Amino acid sequence: MSASLEKGVRVLKEVIDAPIASYFSSCVHCGLCAEACLFYTETGDPKYTPIHKLEPMRRLYEQEYTVLGRLKKLIGLSKAVTDAELDEWRELVYNSCTLCGRCSVVCPVGNDIVYMVRKFREGMSASGNAPEGIKGAANRTITIGSPMGVKLPAVKAQMRHVEADYGLPIPMDVEGAEYLVMLSSMEIMNFPEYLGAIAKIMNQAGKSWTLCSTAFEATNAGMQIGNSDLARVIVSRIVEAAEKLKVKTVISPECGHAYTALRLEGANLMGRSFGFKVRHIIEVLGEFQEQGLLKTEGFETDRLTFHDPCQLARRGGVIKQQRGLMNMVAKNFVEMPDAGFMNWCCGGGGGASAIEEGEELRMEAFKKKKSQFDAVKPDRVVTACANCRIVMEEGLEHYKMNLPVVGLTEMIADHIPNPVVAKPEGS
Amino acid sequence: MNELQFLTWVRGPGLNLAISIFLLGVFVRLFEIYSLGRKKDLSEPRNVGGASGINTVFRRSLPAEGMLKKSPISYIGGYIFHIGLAIIVFLFVPHIKFFQGLLGISWPGLPSQLVEFVTIVTIVTMLVILLDRITNPVKRYLSTFQDWFTWALTFLPVLTGWLAVRHLLLPYTTMLAVHILMVELLLVFLPFTKLFHAFTVFGSRWFNGTVNGHKGVAV
Repeated sequence: MSASLEKGVRVLKEVIDAPIASYFSSCVHCGLCAEACLFYTETGDPKYTPIHKLEPMRRLYEQEYTVLGRLKKLIGLSKAVTDAELDEWRELVYNSCTLCGRCSVVCPVGNDIVYMVRKFREGMSASGNAPEGIKGAANRTITIGSPMGVKLPAVKAQMRHVEADYGLPIPMDVEGAEYLVMLSSMEIMNFPEYLGAIAKIMNQAGKSWTLCSTAFEATNAGMQIGNSDLARVIVSRIVEAAEKLKVKTVISPECGHAYTALRLEGANLMGRSFGFKVRHIIEVLGEFQEQGLLKTEGFETDRLTFHDPCQLARRGGVIKQQRGLMNMVAKNFVEMPDAGFMNWCCGGGGGASAIEEGEELRMEAFKKKKSQFDAVKPDRVVTACANCRIVMEEGLEHYKMNLPVVGLTEMIADHIPNPVVAKPEGS
Repeated sequence: MNELQFLTWVRGPGLNLAISIFLLGVFVRLFEIYSLGRKKDLSEPRNVGGASGINTVFRRSLPAEGMLKKSPISYIGGYIFHIGLAIIVFLFVPHIKFFQGLLGISWPGLPSQLVEFVTIVTIVTMLVILLDRITNPVKRYLSTFQDWFTWALTFLPVLTGWLAVRHLLLPYTTMLAVHILMVELLLVFLPFTKLFHAFTVFGSRWFNGTVNGHKGVAV
């Protein structure tokens, strides 16, 4: 056994807990999880059956944690997990799993399969079997500060542009602000409208907010790769910033995994609960709407549909807010089949979009998304995740579909009248 | 060993042995699974109606949105043979008498003709399910020796029971002894095969429901 495999096996043994033991013991090989997975439905290849993606981990569980399995191992009746096997499984654990969690909500015996994939990735990462693409993104986030290599000067340049364009100040490092706004590199580089939208919305709501110079990047490739040590380093920057600036709420950007990393895994990675709240921008907008702090004018009149990011809707439970917001600014909002809780993934979540060698498969899986679009024929697609947005734009281009994708936050901000006098709190 | 000695053995020492292995096995398996524990979730909980372990224990008995159409054989076949097995095991009068002898309690049963009808439906359904496992590409791909073996372990007690009642194939005494032996094999293997889902299904659904319920997701 190689040293890296030994490390991987040790990590896997650590992450196997009672839920995982119960899940493996409950599986009856009914194969229904395959029907929930877009990598199976679009390719018809049974190797993409979600529970099969965990086979090496299942065997390890059996060999290490069951009396009968240990006995079988002792007399040489069981097959040990090998380097070559984990190498082969990389495609199944990363390229063909976006951690979308559909399998976990259909399993008749109740197995939370995506929970297990997330844990299996811990072992795969430790044994050196994670894909180079996500490894690179994680390393850049650790060393440079962002998966795309974005540094503070780029953020500051973007701030200046937005200030000029919108006539509103973009606060940075303001202590005591109510909200700490996080970004994803994608928003800094490709969708600067997001920052302008936040400025307009916060200004109208009369809320104080700030960016932070030591923590502006919210995405967490450490979590996607399955390395809790890296994930913890990335999350701790944000936690330290929030505590230093004494904010009440940290706002996760339009990014599915940033939300999961901060809101759902953050405290567990840090090993303590937070003194501040974490909310996705859509949750914050939903609250503003409920409190009457969001006043929009006019409507979009073209046919719009909404793509629910998996981490926000199915994994994060935020489903109603985006619909309330859509109806606030759209006259012709249509739902795709399976929209909301059971929505289909864009095909690039969970770090999959960073895996170059997975692109062909990703495009194949995108046929599912395409079929949802074809069913309602929208003029534009609205979403709330910059990664979904990029992945869908790639897919749409691949299939030569002329369908613009926009972010919900910007769309809302577009309907907020321009401020006469800009005087936000905290500036 | 003649047929009477065979029957005496399966009813006496054989049964005791099988029940002992079954009980010990269930205890060991439950302990080795649930004693692993899990870490406390430190993230801020979000309470949403219907999002809890107990909700999921019940909710998962129904197909998820849109799934019934995807695999009607798994769902409908699954319902029929699970309910069929429960009716046969617990509501056939001779079985109730057996439980009375073992546990000292009894309950009303169903008319024999009705149980026989249920038995035939169950047998046919199990054959359909076997055929589905052979022909469905995903099920076929996932199947190992254990899947075929546990199917047989579940099927044979039903089949031999029906043959015994109908006095078919073998003399009644022999077939009854074979039937009891098949049940004993089922008991012996249940804790150590996928058949153990009969116990862990509740824990699995509960974990899934409670882990996601903490996040405010009703799974």
